[in-house]
Amino acid sequence: MRCYQCGKCTAGCVLASDMNYPPSYLMRLLQTGTRQNMDKVLASNSIWLCLNCENCLGRCPMEIDIPKMMDYLRTQAIKENKLHPDSKPIIAFHRSFLDSVRNTGRLYEIGLVLSYKFRTFNFLQDLAIAPSMYLKGKLHLLPEKIKDRRSMKRIFAQTIENAKTVNK
Amino acid sequence: MSKIGVFICHCGENISATVDVERVAREIGGMEGVAHAIDYKYMCSDPGQTFIKEAVKKYGLDGVVVGACSPRMHEPTFRRACAEAGLNPYLCEMANLREHCSWVHEKSEETTEKAIDLVKMMVEKVKKNKPLDSIKVPVTKRALVIGGGIAGIQASLDIANTGHKVILVERDPSIGGHMSQLSETFPTLDCSQCILTPRMVEVAQHPNIKLYTYAELESLEGFIGNFKAKIRLKAKSVNYSTCTGCGACIQKCPVKKIPSEFNAGLGTRTAIYVPFPQAVPNKPVIDRVNCNYYKRGACKICEKTCQVGSIEWDKEDEIITEEVGAVVLATGFDVKGTDFFPEYGYGQYKDVLTGLQFERLASASGPTFGEIRRPSDGAIPKKIVFIACAGSRDPAKGIPYCSKICCMYTAKHAMLYQHKVHDGESTVFYMDIRAGGKNYEEFVRRAIEEDTVNYVRGRVARVYEKNGKLIVKGVDTLLGGEQVEIEADMVVLATAGVANCGSEQLAQKLHVSYDPYHFFAEAHPKLKPVETNTAGIFLAGACQAPKDIPETVGMASGAAVKVAALFSNDELVREPVVAVVNRLAPPLYSTCVGCFMCETACPYNAIEHEEIKGRDGSLIRTIARVNQGLCQGCGTCVAFCRSKSIDIQGYTNEQVYAEVMSLLND
Amino acid sequence: MKIGFYPGCSLTGSSREYNESVVALAKALDIELVEIKDWNCCGATAAHVMNEELSLSLPARIMAMAEEQGLTEVVVPCAACYNRLKVTQHELEDENKRTRVIEILKLPYRGDLKIINVLQMLEAYGAENIKTRVTRPFAHKVACYYGCLLVRPHSILKFDRVEDPQSMDTLIKGIGGTTLDWAFKTECCGAGFSVSRTDLVAKLSGNILKDAADRSAEAVIVACPLCQSNLDMRRGAINKTLKNPIDIPVIYITQAIGLALGIGAKELGLKRHFVTVEL
Ligand SMILES: Cc1cc2nc3c(=O)[nH]c(=O)nc-3n(C[C@H](O)[C@H](O)[C@H](O)COP(=O)(O)OP(=O)(O)OC[C@H]3O[C@@H](n4cnc5c(N)ncnc54)[C@H](O)[C@@H]3O)c2cc1C
Ligand code: SF4
Ligand code: SF4
Ligand code: SF4
Ligand code: SF4
Ligand code: SF4
Ligand code: SF4
Repeated sequence: MRCYQCGKCTAGCVLASDMNYPPSYLMRLLQTGTRQNMDKVLASNSIWLCLNCENCLGRCPMEIDIPKMMDYLRTQAIKENKLHPDSKPIIAFHRSFLDSVRNTGRLYEIGLVLSYKFRTFNFLQDLAIAPSMYLKGKLHLLPEKIKDRRSMKRIFAQTIENAKTVNK
Repeated sequence: MSKIGVFICHCGENISATVDVERVAREIGGMEGVAHAIDYKYMCSDPGQTFIKEAVKKYGLDGVVVGACSPRMHEPTFRRACAEAGLNPYLCEMANLREHCSWVHEKSEETTEKAIDLVKMMVEKVKKNKPLDSIKVPVTKRALVIGGGIAGIQASLDIANTGHKVILVERDPSIGGHMSQLSETFPTLDCSQCILTPRMVEVAQHPNIKLYTYAELESLEGFIGNFKAKIRLKAKSVNYSTCTGCGACIQKCPVKKIPSEFNAGLGTRTAIYVPFPQAVPNKPVIDRVNCNYYKRGACKICEKTCQVGSIEWDKEDEIITEEVGAVVLATGFDVKGTDFFPEYGYGQYKDVLTGLQFERLASASGPTFGEIRRPSDGAIPKKIVFIACAGSRDPAKGIPYCSKICCMYTAKHAMLYQHKVHDGESTVFYMDIRAGGKNYEEFVRRAIEEDTVNYVRGRVARVYEKNGKLIVKGVDTLLGGEQVEIEADMVVLATAGVANCGSEQLAQKLHVSYDPYHFFAEAHPKLKPVETNTAGIFLAGACQAPKDIPETVGMASGAAVKVAALFSNDELVREPVVAVVNRLAPPLYSTCVGCFMCETACPYNAIEHEEIKGRDGSLIRTIARVNQGLCQGCGTCVAFCRSKSIDIQGYTNEQVYAEVMSLLND
Repeated sequence: MKIGFYPGCSLTGSSREYNESVVALAKALDIELVEIKDWNCCGATAAHVMNEELSLSLPARIMAMAEEQGLTEVVVPCAACYNRLKVTQHELEDENKRTRVIEILKLPYRGDLKIINVLQMLEAYGAENIKTRVTRPFAHKVACYYGCLLVRPHSILKFDRVEDPQSMDTLIKGIGGTTLDWAFKTECCGAGFSVSRTDLVAKLSGNILKDAADRSAEAVIVACPLCQSNLDMRRGAINKTLKNPIDIPVIYITQAIGLALGIGAKELGLKRHFVTVEL
């Protein structure tokens, strides 16, 4: 790996201070190539907090694609089942999101939030803004569905379900 | 039938450990036309050479092949030995049995067979060799130095002091280059102007130096020892033979707001101007782009002011030709501006400066008379951040190399700042501190330990302005990547040193190579650092790569010695490996049909037109002729000639054909 | 002028006002939007994070449908969708990936659709008409917020300049507004963490709003529904993290221009914002 530890990625990362290891430190851990450090990386919250905002990539002198690396590390962490507690709500959200897309072809926001709440048992969250969202016409009570929903089933079956990375 | 002598060298064990040298000598000895073949432990040794000399005489050899190391190594040795024995040296060839065979193969039957083939090829070639004479060309003992920075100044003085004439061409109105812009210099902190100005004056007064300022090279023709340089003297609009340099015109010129190049844009100058008080020559030029008269046709205040009538409105650029024998390129470098950095504000923040701008602030002759003040509001910055490697070591920005000087000048800047602003706080963001050089590391340590400059290891991601402060978002990687945010009053970027603008075009005019970043390329990275790959053109200073003053001066003196060595000859001797167009007896004269395909092909402009005239002077034909001084023996023309009239001496089609056929005839 | 249109899920749900303003503005500028038939969700960050093939297949289906419909250029107002579509198109230049995705979709896919964002659409097809049709100059000092998805990765999107983009600023100046030079134009608002890590969104969006407020912006202008909802809908959570609550509204570029062209606030969906818009 070409990273020369200049730290510019960390200097500009909006969530570096919330991460167990800021991005440049993470790169160094990976660079050592040891299993021990890889485990540290996979079990860290850094990979889950990364927003893929690409501030780091945009400024890295060595053009190191940290966000892409994070994509890989997340997949790997799920595969090896080494998940930092911070990953729970994030994964739950993504799964609920994808469930909605799988079933309707589009995002059904009420469905998403309900399913998310069941996954996280966090029933109180966002209760405060839901009514005004409804009043402002921002929530559909019924999901919008695309016609060719079979294609959605097929796409999901051949990709994410095929990869068996998502075990509910 | 030919009488060839073949000498196979063991090269200690370098060759004999993998090649059966005795078998090689034995088998070659049996070849047709080989009169004598032996092997010996060290052919290049005195006894080895004696074997060759004696064999030439004893067997009346008309050709010699030495199977040994690379011809780069010992071809001159063996050719000299042959010449001493009375054989034309160009009848001696080498087969490279070391680099091309023993070093790259295992010991085996095939390796020996390959060695035999290599020698065989040379034997067949030598049979077709013709005696050649080396080429002699006269030397014009006058040097052209392009660029009047410290490199050009030093090279000019050194050459001039050997008694040879120098023509120094400088693009700007004054010589001095970047060194004239510097405040104090690392690692001694002596004043740059104070040590430079005497040398500038010496250049102006030296009887052997002819100085052309406000001038540029238009074209260069010719070859080592014999160049013709066309130089454009840009119109200064001031007659230097009458101008007294009183400066009255400058005082009165109403166009006063032009950003001063000398002050790196931090100060202003007038349209008629002398770039700085110590300029050499200390006489003004009119910047026609900004002058009211040239722009709108009215003003001429300077003319009215001038007591001696020196203003010349209608002068045009003048092109002069100078004949020189050698050229020293000393056009220096440039630095990236702050606008090169999106993350540091695209150059829109006034208090984000380049290192060069900081030099002007710190300089007694600068816009603030040496006080460190913010360009935006004139306040003295209490917190200052220096960012090292700005743009350098940054492949994403297209500059992967280290600019070499900025670690040192950044330490100097922080030190100067601490000396001038006692209650100030300075921080340097760096990746590595590169302080290799005599007293350099000690200098940096002094900045850190005695002047309490805060060194933080990490790059800065972003600088932005808020409420008159510059927010610097950096990191301390030595603390495991802790973010460091500083509210600074001024930010100084140690911006990358880059090739001077126009260096690519200049290189093309001179036929010298340049690297991917447009710095001129040296002929060999270790052993020929001041030579270019064009004979007679040398390099000095930062035009080859960013470097500091001591290194620049050393290199300039090196280039000067090369020029002096060249000028110590009245004639130059060159290998006769050049192209020739065949000549035949009348009425044929030559098989050349005068299509001049070779002329279009030749990268060195070596093909000339030769008119063949009858006795009465009438033109019979025009055919090609090779200027042996220009020809580099590249052979391009040979491939282009359809009538096979042009050939490279020593590597004729016939010789190469014989080599190849010796392999096929097995 | 006819152009393909991919609204995306947000625009039909929680960000209806963006859709309304895009449609109203397009109409006012004589741009006819042709919606892609039976479009699906682009998969957003969720697919991207969870599975690469899925994250390519979903946008690929959208583009394949548009190609089938004979569209050559599609405007994608949602910055997240725009980013996913552009990046997918780039990734699918790889032969192997393309073959695999076509196999999954069972649809032909060429990959030559021109994907543009709303700013590009306005620059290319609206600039002249905007200039002549301004009836109520937008005389406000605003902060143009681009977010990350609209401009990064620059090597693929090739849109505007990095760090300090200008296209939205230019549009605002064109309708009589003044724009701020500020620091958070392209810093991330927290994007997909709106529900899962509202705390982080509050922190990041709070930083953004604070800088805009410190420089006395009258409004923040956006071109992304994620940015808008984080800065607007999450204002309650944001203000809890700040010393002084911030009440500057966050509106879409299409709403700002719509106002300047005299389109009604209701038509532009301005009533749907959480933070009251009085401009
Ligand atoms: C901010 C800064 C601080 C520095 N501080 C120090 C220090 O403290 N100590 C130290 O040792 N070094 C220092 N240096 C390095 C020093 O400036 C260089 O080593 C030195 O200037 C190199 O000299 P040069 O003659 O090769 O090039 P330059 O100084 O660049 O001179 C080149 C000259 O050639 C002329 N020229 C260019 N193109 C043409 C052309 N086509 N035709 C004719 N003329 C041309 C230019 O006008 C110029 O006069 C510093 C550099 C910088 C940028
Ligand atoms: S910016 Fe790039 S090179 Fe620097 S530490 Fe981060 S990943 Fe490594
Ligand atoms: S992409 Fe991830 S690591 Fe990079 S700056 Fe954004 S949040 Fe930080
Ligand atoms: S003519 Fe030009 S140079 Fe002379 S005073 Fe006027 S502006 Fe200055
Ligand atoms: S006033 Fe005349 S003599 Fe004096 S500097 Fe100007 S041109 Fe030269
Ligand atoms: S000299 Fe120092 S500051 Fe300059 S590029 Fe090299 S390492 Fe960076
Ligand atoms: S050998 Fe090369 S340099 Fe010489 S004349 Fe031919 S093309 Fe020109």
